[in-house]
Amino acid sequence: MSEVVISARSVGKTFGSGADKVTALDSVSVDIFQNEFFTMLGPSGCGKTTLLRLIGGFEQATSGQILLEGKELNDLPPFKRPINTVFQSYALFPHLTVKQNITFGLEMQGISRKDAGGRADEMLELVRLAEYGDRVPSQLSGGQQQRIALARALAPAPKVLLLDEPLSALDLKLRKEMQVELKRLQTETGITFVFVTHDQEEALAMSDRIAVMQSGEILQIGAPREIYEAPTHRFVADFIGDSNFLVGDLVDGGAGKRAVKLSGGQVIALTQEVSDQRTGEVTVSVRPERLGLVAESDAGADQLTGTVSTIIYFGTDTTYQIDLGNEALLTVRMQNGSGAKADFAEGERVGITMSPDAIRVLAD
Amino acid sequence: MKVDASNPLWRFRGITSTAMFFFAYLYLPIVVLIALSFNENRLATIWTGFTMDWYVTALSNDDMLRAAQNSIVVAVSATVLATIAATLAAMGMSRGRFKGEAGVSAMLVLPLLVPEIVTAIATLLFFVALGIKLGLLTVIIAHTVFCIPFAYLPIRARLEGMDPALVEAANDLYANEWKAFRRVTLPLLWPGILSGAMLSFIISLDDFVISYFVGGAGSTTLPIYIFGMIRIGITPEVNAVSAMMLIVSIVFVSISFMIDRIRY
Repeated sequence: MSEVVISARSVGKTFGSGADKVTALDSVSVDIFQNEFFTMLGPSGCGKTTLLRLIGGFEQATSGQILLEGKELNDLPPFKRPINTVFQSYALFPHLTVKQNITFGLEMQGISRKDAGGRADEMLELVRLAEYGDRVPSQLSGGQQQRIALARALAPAPKVLLLDEPLSALDLKLRKEMQVELKRLQTETGITFVFVTHDQEEALAMSDRIAVMQSGEILQIGAPREIYEAPTHRFVADFIGDSNFLVGDLVDGGAGKRAVKLSGGQVIALTQEVSDQRTGEVTVSVRPERLGLVAESDAGADQLTGTVSTIIYFGTDTTYQIDLGNEALLTVRMQNGSGAKADFAEGERVGITMSPDAIRVLAD
Repeated sequence: MKVDASNPLWRFRGITSTAMFFFAYLYLPIVVLIALSFNENRLATIWTGFTMDWYVTALSNDDMLRAAQNSIVVAVSATVLATIAATLAAMGMSRGRFKGEAGVSAMLVLPLLVPEIVTAIATLLFFVALGIKLGLLTVIIAHTVFCIPFAYLPIRARLEGMDPALVEAANDLYANEWKAFRRVTLPLLWPGILSGAMLSFIISLDDFVISYFVGGAGSTTLPIYIFGMIRIGITPEVNAVSAMMLIVSIVFVSISFMIDRIRY
């Protein structure tokens, strides 16, 4: 990818002091690239909004640096940063018309009223609300207000657009539409979008890269596919989609590869590179849809076996809960109508198939 | 009148007469006062015929006009000063949280609860101790003080209802602190400011106790003048002056009320 626009270097942020001190961000480092749709994903309180507000200039970092195209931003107030924000509440100025809202930032930059007006019309066109310039915000629906907030923030052509959970107030259908719309706007304008959300589906659908955050730290940064298919932490595997977790010991798998030996004695070969330094007990994750079922008689000696305890039919697929006996349940999801034998009965003994590259060893 | 059947009070048969009695108790004296201001007879309590003469008499009474002028000078000065102070106080109080905030908040509105006579005596003693000559200036200072909480409350309420992200959005869109205040905060706040100012104006115009104590020669305000007139004897002229004050009060309070209802 191209050059770095925003760079956070060991950024920390604490609120309060003494006994009330709360660490919102704990030495976070991340590079965000030109023309990228970058998402910060995590549960509430993970620090994603704090990081966004630090980039916007609404909060001051306690430690570390934030750079814009290599220049330090820390001491610049928001009105001196070529960065604009779409707020969660939209924060449209209620006493101004839609058009005056959009020209606000332009006029503050000293652009003539005439040029600003022309630019506002372009922006209204871009968000497909060309006829709404003379209305006031209270006359618009939530989705329309959302688009105006976008138009207002995009009008000054910022280097970076920050979006603070902008879709959370919309209903499901509108949210899906806006996801497509946001992606389109990002592609058309070529502006770097930094998006904050707690909705994993939203993050997977729109982002070029996702940073998964927890307790003030970034756990993993990667493309949606990478985050989903190769989670590095238990939290990431659990927060995004569904995962099964198994505990076992790292052993030599032969041919320079490692393997995991479960407590039941079964050995699962790994294709993932695992550092030689790691030994002993590890947790591995595997997605339910990467598992398959076979009749117990067809299962190999090394294969996991268990008893079908619950079957839930979902239409497109069926979920089987497999009781492994000694410790845990394993969830297996198989697509219906894919031609595979998918008829197992509750209480039946089965063997579980898994592709080795679906098994991920998680960080401690 | 629409009756809400779910309200058990409406099942009480005597509700209409009770309500009538209540409103009569509140407003009958005022209605009588206004009616008698049109009474031809010099003795205020005996009706002999309709006339506007007492209004003419009142409006050509130089002492009365001087008192009215004093009242307006005091009310306008106190209103302007109190509203500016209240706006700054409200802005300060809405910016983040600090230690002892609840205490400061309570102290700002405490003057509303202190008995006026106590404030009056305290203020008088304060001016005397400082050796300040009693007059219009002392009245203006004292009025400013008790007007502040009245101006403060509606402004604070406006600020509380304002999304803090609005100012952040203005800053985000390249407006510095001052421009954000002028272009966003102030336009959204002005109904509260105006409403608070109107309220202050009326409270000041109406004040008797404090004006009586801290006033001096040449600072007679309208309520004090009316009090003086009554001591000589109640004539319909007093009624006429009172009726005019009432109209001014109603107009200002109504405007204040309507402005306060402005919503974006």
